[in-house]
Amino acid sequence: MKGAASKTLAIVWKDITSEMRTKEVATSLVAFALLIIVVVSFTLEPGENNGSLAASILWVALTFAGVLGLSRSFIIEKDKGCLQGLMLCPVDRSILYLGKMLSIMIFMIVVEIIILPVFIVLLDQSGFPPQLPVIALLATIGFAAVGTLFSAMAVNTRAREVMMPLLFLPIASPVIIAAIKSTGLVLSGESWGAIASWLGVMAAFDVIFLTVSPLVFEFVIEE
Amino acid sequence: MRKQEHMQSLKQNARIINGLLGLTFVTMIAAQFLIFVYVPTEQTMGVAQRIFYFHVPLGWNAFLAFAVVFVCSILYLLRRDKKWDRLARSSAEIGLIFTTLVLIAGTIWDKPAWGTWWTWDPRLTTTLILWFIYLAYHLVSVYATEESQGARYAAVVGIIGFLDVPIVALAIVLWPTQHPSPIIFEGGLTGSMMLTLMVSIVAFTLLYASLLILRTSLRHDADEIKKLKQYMDERN
Repeated sequence: MKGAASKTLAIVWKDITSEMRTKEVATSLVAFALLIIVVVSFTLEPGENNGSLAASILWVALTFAGVLGLSRSFIIEKDKGCLQGLMLCPVDRSILYLGKMLSIMIFMIVVEIIILPVFIVLLDQSGFPPQLPVIALLATIGFAAVGTLFSAMAVNTRAREVMMPLLFLPIASPVIIAAIKSTGLVLSGESWGAIASWLGVMAAFDVIFLTVSPLVFEFVIEE
Repeated sequence: MRKQEHMQSLKQNARIINGLLGLTFVTMIAAQFLIFVYVPTEQTMGVAQRIFYFHVPLGWNAFLAFAVVFVCSILYLLRRDKKWDRLARSSAEIGLIFTTLVLIAGTIWDKPAWGTWWTWDPRLTTTLILWFIYLAYHLVSVYATEESQGARYAAVVGIIGFLDVPIVALAIVLWPTQHPSPIIFEGGLTGSMMLTLMVSIVAFTLLYASLLILRTSLRHDADEIKKLKQYMDERN
């Protein structure tokens, strides 16, 4: 068991090291998410300040940035032939999945740490609700759980840039809905009790797909 | 000798398929008669309510089709028998078409019944997301770079997609609803309506089975031809 953890961390560490050297993914994702917030905000009337509308804008931005980041994760591996190297590693395929999933999750969390405060300021919300990090974490786990699987799949298809969102968005829709609704509620000043059922939906999604995805992952990357 | 046996089994298969097609045809005609002539017009919703007898059987069969996809996908990944892949993909195609028809029939019915073509109501939204999931299923198998890869990817999406449906439903049920809850099993239908619905469900289920068999055997033939072509290429 201890061996499995260190193998997983080795894969995570490999991704973090290569990201630290280029800083490609995090920079482009933050810029992309911010741009979406700005572009979608054009639809707002001046002075219009609505919690649920702001929540939709935030999650549209984070979802699209997530799709972009998730597809990058395996495009990098594929283009430089690293996927073969990874598959030759003497580790179980589910460890490979967990490693890639965790590194994707860490990148997305870094992006969110930057985006969330900026979002609060740009859309002029009254304060930073303490529930927001929890919502973001649960949603990010769900995104990464199915996203890793579909990213590995999309990278091997002919229309890979299109395939990723086509696969990811409908499957991840429960998480997107729950994240938008609960963020809207906490931005309007609701307490933990009001968002409990939404958090439950995200938790259920996370648990189900964290269990199933590693099992089917080996069928996805098999050559 | 073997060739003769093969022909014999082909003939037998053809007889079963023709029998099923005939039965589907007769039941479908009977269902149309019941829907348009026999069953009385519903009081509050008027003639548009007759769409119900198409809407429910189509929806039921779409779900059946996706359940078949789910089971066949698991079997394919475990056994690696092309047979399950052919069944799963054919069933998904029919399910996608049926879901499209459910959505179209639903919007036509919505306009007179609720006054809108579309609302973001739980069932409508779930059905639309279901449609997108199986569209992605179809596309991923088409866009895969090789045959066996497409089969594996499709199977994975078939499993993940089906598991996703209850969660989508759960997420959306937390919204307020407009779609009626099923009144069918609570005695909300009169005898003649119940009969019409039942015959219509049987007719559409037979239609699903016929289409599934035809589509699967077409895929089987396509695979055989591909094999023959490969064999010829190797010989030349």
